[in-house]
Amino acid sequence: MRNILLIAAKEIQESMRNWWVLSATLLLAALALTLTFLGSAPTGSVGVRALDVVIVSLSSLTIFLLPLIALLISHDAIVGEMERGTMLLLLSYPVGRWQVLLGKFAGHLAILAFAIVLGYGAAAFALAATGATIDAESWAAFGKMIGSSILLGASFIAVGYLVSSLVRARGTAAGIAIGIWLLLVLIYDMALLGLLVVDQGRFISAGVLNTLLLFNPTDVYRMFNLAGSANVSVFSGMVGLADTMTLNPGVLLAVLAAWATLPLALAAFVFSRREL
Amino acid sequence: MKATVEIKHVSKRYGKIEAVRDVSFDLAPGEITALVGHNGAGKTTLLKLMLGLAHPTAGTIRVLGDNPAAGEFAARSKVGYLPENVSFNAALTGREILSFYARLKGEPVAKALRLLDRVGLGSASARRVATYSKGMRQRLGLAQALIGEPQVLLLDEPTTGLDPALRLSFYEIVQALRDRGATVVLSSHALAELGERADRVVIMSHGAMVAHGSIDELRRIAQLPAKVRLTVSGETETIRNWLGRVEKWRQVNGHVVEIDATPERKIELLRRATDVGAPVKDIDVVPPTLDEIYAHFLRTQEAAR
Repeated sequence: MRNILLIAAKEIQESMRNWWVLSATLLLAALALTLTFLGSAPTGSVGVRALDVVIVSLSSLTIFLLPLIALLISHDAIVGEMERGTMLLLLSYPVGRWQVLLGKFAGHLAILAFAIVLGYGAAAFALAATGATIDAESWAAFGKMIGSSILLGASFIAVGYLVSSLVRARGTAAGIAIGIWLLLVLIYDMALLGLLVVDQGRFISAGVLNTLLLFNPTDVYRMFNLAGSANVSVFSGMVGLADTMTLNPGVLLAVLAAWATLPLALAAFVFSRREL
Repeated sequence: MKATVEIKHVSKRYGKIEAVRDVSFDLAPGEITALVGHNGAGKTTLLKLMLGLAHPTAGTIRVLGDNPAAGEFAARSKVGYLPENVSFNAALTGREILSFYARLKGEPVAKALRLLDRVGLGSASARRVATYSKGMRQRLGLAQALIGEPQVLLLDEPTTGLDPALRLSFYEIVQALRDRGATVVLSSHALAELGERADRVVIMSHGAMVAHGSIDELRRIAQLPAKVRLTVSGETETIRNWLGRVEKWRQVNGHVVEIDATPERKIELLRRATDVGAPVKDIDVVPPTLDEIYAHFLRTQEAAR
């Protein structure tokens, strides 16, 4: 445990030195604030549940941006250190490889969580400061959004590690990471949509569709946040989906957690067999 | 005394390349071992195998009781390692890096930081490693290898990039550790570089161990002739007659002849040269250099292939 914490602390220290923490936080905060105030323009500020609108905007932002940030900081974690030669020295110390991986994971996740909480928190804070009325239910939905965003980040960090532990060169890892981002964030949903159009409801039932959506962590996240809360789903236009959804939030969270733990376990396995 | 490092019939294959071929030796505490071989002879691979950074294809390794190939790493807190091209995260300072590694070994940080002064980095410890020269990085690498007074110290080409003064103080540090009972392994591509500092030499070539023993033992095994140089008086012709049945000799210049003398012939030759009436003014005996011994073992290995 001590080793894991030491490595996590070093990872955070390095990321602060490299301006990673600051830039990620500022980026998320700037975009969140922009969305908060631009997003509330069409609905006005009277009588509408302002924070719920923000949750819809921020969830969409998260789906695009967070996987990218997570993959950017994680794809380099193993192969990059091997290429620079720093891994050689680290692994000659009394520390297990799984400890190195878990330590890095804890460090990277802490950085991401910090950026999310501060960046998105700034948006909610700004909204509250402008005098919008926010009830407890909205706050709860906002909290869930932040929590699940961190979990989504964790899953993409884990996927990035898996890539990083498999390849021999940093460039390859970066290419594959971008490919994964394109696939899961853009192509998957479009392909699924195309499939539904072609299929015309003959073979693909709601159950099959739900299952297919579980194979993409961004879709799991989308379902959890946009259709999960009754008030939010009204604004997200997913009220129809929410009605037919057979998956409860607990299952969705468990799937998201599996998306973090399985790639991480696989990465640890691959890393333990690598030779320097 | 019980061996700290045991290597038994270890082979390591990378695809088609056999980096290490059936190497066996033990290392004892309180000894400096020179691991000598040209580039690609398998020195670095052997060190990596001892640390569990690579796994042997065959054979077993024990380091302070651990089997590194099985991922056991408890004993590594008593092992110091300096890789061939050591590198650090350039964004951190020397002090931060050394503190991190000291904590990882469970050693007091303040004590570890004193090593920075010892390797002459005291004044640069608050600077980022990005600003360090190659020699300074090497010194930082040395400092981290010395954390916690290791029982086994594995140094891969440790003196590259060190200036002569620092090289000397480096050997002082290493010898102090040896005297305290540490097992020290220094790898190098030239035997002469380590000189007589090593208690024992392991010569590697093409992954195989071609010689193992103290330098004196190697000298004996090699049976290399010493060079006897005689400064002579008189004509070349008289010298030739006087030398008579000596086979291998050459004339260096008008007054100096050089004779390759095997150990048993050497004494006889010297007796004759110091006889009354011998046309000899001066005698020099040059024993075979470490480089010649090293080259001899590489040659015999090449011939056996």
